[in-house]
Amino acid sequence: MKEYALIMRHDDGAKVASPEQIQAWMKQTMDWIGGIAAKNQFVSGTGLPFQEAKVVRHDKSVVNGPFGGLKETIGGFIVVRAASSDEAAEFAKGCPVLQGEGNSVEVRLIASGDGVH
Amino acid sequence: MDQVDVPHLFRSEFRRITSSLCRYHGIAHLQLAEDIASETFLAALETWPYRGKPDNPAAWLHRVARNKALNLLKRAGREQRTDEVVLATDMTDEAAWSTDGLHDSQLRMMFALSHPSLPAESQVGLALRILCGFGIQEIASAFLASEETISKRLYRAREILRIKGVQMEFPETTQISQRLDAVLNTLYLLYSEGYYSECHDTVLREDLCFEAMHLVRMLMDYPPANTPATRSLYALMCFHASRFRARKQVTGELILYNEQDRSQWDHALIAEGSHYLHLASSGDILTRYHVEATIAWWLTVDESNTSKWPSILSLYEHLQHFGTSPMVLLNRNYALYKVEGAATAISETEKLGWMGNQFYHALLAVLYAPSDPVRSQEHYQETLKLVKTRGDIDLIRKKLT
Repeated sequence: MKEYALIMRHDDGAKVASPEQIQAWMKQTMDWIGGIAAKNQFVSGTGLPFQEAKVVRHDKSVVNGPFGGLKETIGGFIVVRAASSDEAAEFAKGCPVLQGEGNSVEVRLIASGDGVH
Repeated sequence: MDQVDVPHLFRSEFRRITSSLCRYHGIAHLQLAEDIASETFLAALETWPYRGKPDNPAAWLHRVARNKALNLLKRAGREQRTDEVVLATDMTDEAAWSTDGLHDSQLRMMFALSHPSLPAESQVGLALRILCGFGIQEIASAFLASEETISKRLYRAREILRIKGVQMEFPETTQISQRLDAVLNTLYLLYSEGYYSECHDTVLREDLCFEAMHLVRMLMDYPPANTPATRSLYALMCFHASRFRARKQVTGELILYNEQDRSQWDHALIAEGSHYLHLASSGDILTRYHVEATIAWWLTVDESNTSKWPSILSLYEHLQHFGTSPMVLLNRNYALYKVEGAATAISETEKLGWMGNQFYHALLAVLYAPSDPVRSQEHYQETLKLVKTRGDIDLIRKKLT
């Protein structure tokens, strides 16, 4: 088993959702992660709030906001255990973030300590 | 019960959080309170799925909202922008978030949002947003309006509240009756919006009706607001809600009342409505809610009762003293048909001449059906041109075969 990060990207993270919508996402996200955890393949994860987000540029200038000139933002990530990136991608397909057009989930292998993947 | 799975937890928490923040910081900061509530829900979305939901989700949300508000206060203080966030009350922050404090703040919010300085449509819009926790897009769907229109309407309404210096206070004893009338009217409109809206989303519309009923129940818990008018409004809502499952669509209800499957009626709601209508029959003030609730009660009575339609007809006559609407007149003419027959009802209805009204044509289609099937079909054709929802279109098409 290897570990993969599933990185959730939002096309327009600044969009305000209704309470009912957020509650629906909450349930879907919990069901999604719960499903992975039930197979004992969930390692960790976190949401990434937009508040206090800053981007530090090459010239050491600091700008507020997570966007760094782009509309696309990372909303959070989870780390899963999977036999292959294909299996990890199957988990990613269940991510509720994908309901938003333009959103995506990036699957990345976590580098292992021994340098052998 | 598992609180995260409580339906609409975030909607009702939206009302509690905004009410509490406004109680503490003033309704002039309504927009800020709404933003804090939304940010609080996002914070939950960024935390609960990963770390597990808290034991008491509502308390978690309140703590986060409160901290966000206090941080804003601190920042405003540091930057000397005291105009931005001020303390509007001498009550402690602790008291504002207690169970009693939250309940109290929500009631005050109901009165504030029905303030006479606000136009009726703004009152309903704000009630949907703040009291029912609906999003802009949901309100736009319910009103069949654009999101931009709704945003502008709400923006102007918040400006009025700020400029007029509306406070989160219970009205004076001398004003309670007048101010309560405004609150009841808002809740009545809220309910009607759900019940009669041509919005395609049935679930959304029924949610809206049940939210309005919840708010009336809250009013009945506040003794000065627990009047016969409030109870009769609640009874009216119960009777109408009892037919949710049986009715197809708005126009459909007018056409198909006789064909409704009565076994689909919710008898628990009918019983609840009867209970509150009985409780409403004290005092000497008869409101339009009493009359409408009594009509709604008669509509639940079996056709074999010979008093049914004459009673409904006379109640509709009475209802016109409280102001009239196309729906009232058309429903009255349906009752007239049941009592005096189609000919009288047709002649009374045609006098109205509402050629662009789908309910007008739908009623005439029903009235002409036994005597003049060709004209009945013509009116169904006209109805079909005017109805908007899928369910109504399907229903009228069936009548056209």
